[in-house]
Amino acid sequence: MSEAADKKVQVARVAMPEQDAKVRARNFLEVPTGYTVKMAQEEASRCLQCKKPGCVAGCPVNVDIPGFIDLIAQGDMTGAIRNLWGKNALPAVCGRVCPQEVQCEGKCIVGKKGEPVAIGNLERFCADYEREHGTGELPPKTAATGKRVAVVGSGPSGLTVAGDLIVKGHDVTIFEAFHKPGGVLVYGIPEFRLPKAIVAQEVNFLERLGVRVQCNAVVGRTVSLDELFEEGYDAIYVGVGAGLPKFMNIPGENFVGILSANEYLTRANLMKAYKYPEVDTPIPLGKNVVVLGAGNVAMDSARTAMRLGADSVKVVYRRSRDEMPARGAEIHHAQEEGIELFLLTNPTRYLGNESGRLTGMECLRMELGEPDASGRRRPVAIKGSEFEIACDLCIVAVGSGANPLLTSETPDMKLNKWGNVQADEKNGKTTKPGVWAGGDIVTGAATVILAMGAGRAAADSIHDYLTLGW
Amino acid sequence: MFKIVKREEMSQGTVILNEIEAPLIAKKAKPGQFVILKANENGERIPLTMAETNPAKGTITIIYMVVGKSTALFRDLKVGEGYQDVIGPLGKATHLEKVGKVVCVGGGTGVAVLHPITRGLKEVGNDVTCIIGSRNKGLLIMEEHMRAASHDLRICTDDGSYGHHGFVTDVLQEVLKGGDIKLVVAIGPVPMMKAVSSITKEFNVETMVSLNPIMVDGTGMCGGCRVTVGGQTKFACVDGPEFDGHQVDYDELILRLRAYQEEERKCHQDYCTIRDAK
Repeated sequence: MSEAADKKVQVARVAMPEQDAKVRARNFLEVPTGYTVKMAQEEASRCLQCKKPGCVAGCPVNVDIPGFIDLIAQGDMTGAIRNLWGKNALPAVCGRVCPQEVQCEGKCIVGKKGEPVAIGNLERFCADYEREHGTGELPPKTAATGKRVAVVGSGPSGLTVAGDLIVKGHDVTIFEAFHKPGGVLVYGIPEFRLPKAIVAQEVNFLERLGVRVQCNAVVGRTVSLDELFEEGYDAIYVGVGAGLPKFMNIPGENFVGILSANEYLTRANLMKAYKYPEVDTPIPLGKNVVVLGAGNVAMDSARTAMRLGADSVKVVYRRSRDEMPARGAEIHHAQEEGIELFLLTNPTRYLGNESGRLTGMECLRMELGEPDASGRRRPVAIKGSEFEIACDLCIVAVGSGANPLLTSETPDMKLNKWGNVQADEKNGKTTKPGVWAGGDIVTGAATVILAMGAGRAAADSIHDYLTLGW
Repeated sequence: MFKIVKREEMSQGTVILNEIEAPLIAKKAKPGQFVILKANENGERIPLTMAETNPAKGTITIIYMVVGKSTALFRDLKVGEGYQDVIGPLGKATHLEKVGKVVCVGGGTGVAVLHPITRGLKEVGNDVTCIIGSRNKGLLIMEEHMRAASHDLRICTDDGSYGHHGFVTDVLQEVLKGGDIKLVVAIGPVPMMKAVSSITKEFNVETMVSLNPIMVDGTGMCGGCRVTVGGQTKFACVDGPEFDGHQVDYDELILRLRAYQEEERKCHQDYCTIRDAK
């Protein structure tokens, strides 16, 4: 490392200002409040502009990270966002929710000796700057091809496909089962982590480009894939997400007060039940809340429960801190907000009263044994370690399986043994001609950026199919 | 918007019929399936089984009892106004098959849901006896529809103001004693379906019930509508709404339906107070 580079590594990362933990733990406003221009430029100047950038290789959609960061450093914010859009249709979302620490920032050379460049924060800055100060100018579109594409699902992968294909001149309609577009960005990720106004703006951007969005359309029920072809669509992209909540399958799981994270978060986020009774959808308010699971969805659920006024929120997880799948920032924020981690703890049954309402759960202490198939050390129950946790609300966030609503109505689209759609890893082609698939319905529950990467690959393949015939 | 083209008040104004423009749903819907409706931007998603569909006209009909704020909001919608969102058709359709003698039992607004199923069972060649009931004569709905949809219609009122003085289960027991009943379909309040199922179990007659638990999305995504059927957890929205009446854990269902009882009561009260003050 050169002396200049070495100096840069010594410079501390510019922290993004945040709401105070005590204050934010009781409101739904976004937690980090964003960089100022000065902060962004200062942070951008920490980038070494590597010849062979590890960060780009670490990004599932290969954003030109040194490129857009250099433009920020030079003060060319319009250039920076244009550069980002070249690879990523949803930078305002990715800057907020990507697991940067295991992707781009995890590969940053600056991070080997000091703290990595805050790539996610800078990406968010660009998108926010454009939203607040940009001209709203749309990217150029190719002449109309006359080809029609149906995108099923308006989550991150569907939005990516729609955005890519509309600028290539195709006629694109998105079908969304819910009454609002955005998929998991709207029903799953809470307002304090991803403001819904930002998602609405991303969708609006696509609509301004000419994408039609049809809500309340449950493909598989309201209309089938074959009927879409009959209506004249030339290609279909299936990005319906995972969408089948997993439960613990332990006694007492149907007591009132036990909800899947899908239900809890959908009530809070899509239905805005955190504003109840200003809106009509209620949400159970727990005094003592337990969240089962340790992924991002578990952190989102725990932090939502805290904001809804809980006295205590415990995350119960059968493995240890090292195995928690959530983004580091989420765990950190959750702990700052007073959420307790009950690690190496596994519930064995729920306890309830005569009204059928949850009053607690029985748990076992665990210890880590030999590595299992996932390479993680297997949690093993410690005999005789039973103990009770009192709680009046439990949110089950132990993952999602593949929702069979669409796939069961489409027998010629092959599934794997878990019910996920079989799709070519390189291009998203399914076994049904003219149908592509990507995101969680193919991979099982994963991240926003991986779903977007799959959408990007499928969009390229659909474009080839529509223009070249393969 | 999904426009209301026809509106009727039944059962002394406590039950409302809305015929709604929803051509895509009308084209696909089959007896036994439901829709989710949301009145406005801040509204709740409410699941209701369809009472009628008219594919040619592109409309669906729902009949509901006004029980809380959301249904009170629905009631205030006039012809020409509409629902912001209608989603469907959801759930599995009723399996209609010729089995011989069938009894259809309906209580409250369950009668509205029972109607297309009764008609369908008659159309495929079954001998259909229908038993419907209400608290009193004025609250009874769809008498003529049910008469046309069945071969034999029996009516019960709790106060004896019309038809048999007593519950639908009394008449059902009599009919079952007549013998040779192959299938009973029961749709109505949960205690009624529970009572019907316990009687038909004694007679060992297959029984189908239609459940309407609390749900959010209606597509199998939230799991709020889980019911225990035959010791296993099922999602009413995608595995149902119809289940084997002898296998359903009704007591659990009744407790789960009370999950938001307090919120529902207060919310409805506040809505009525504000509306009436205007």
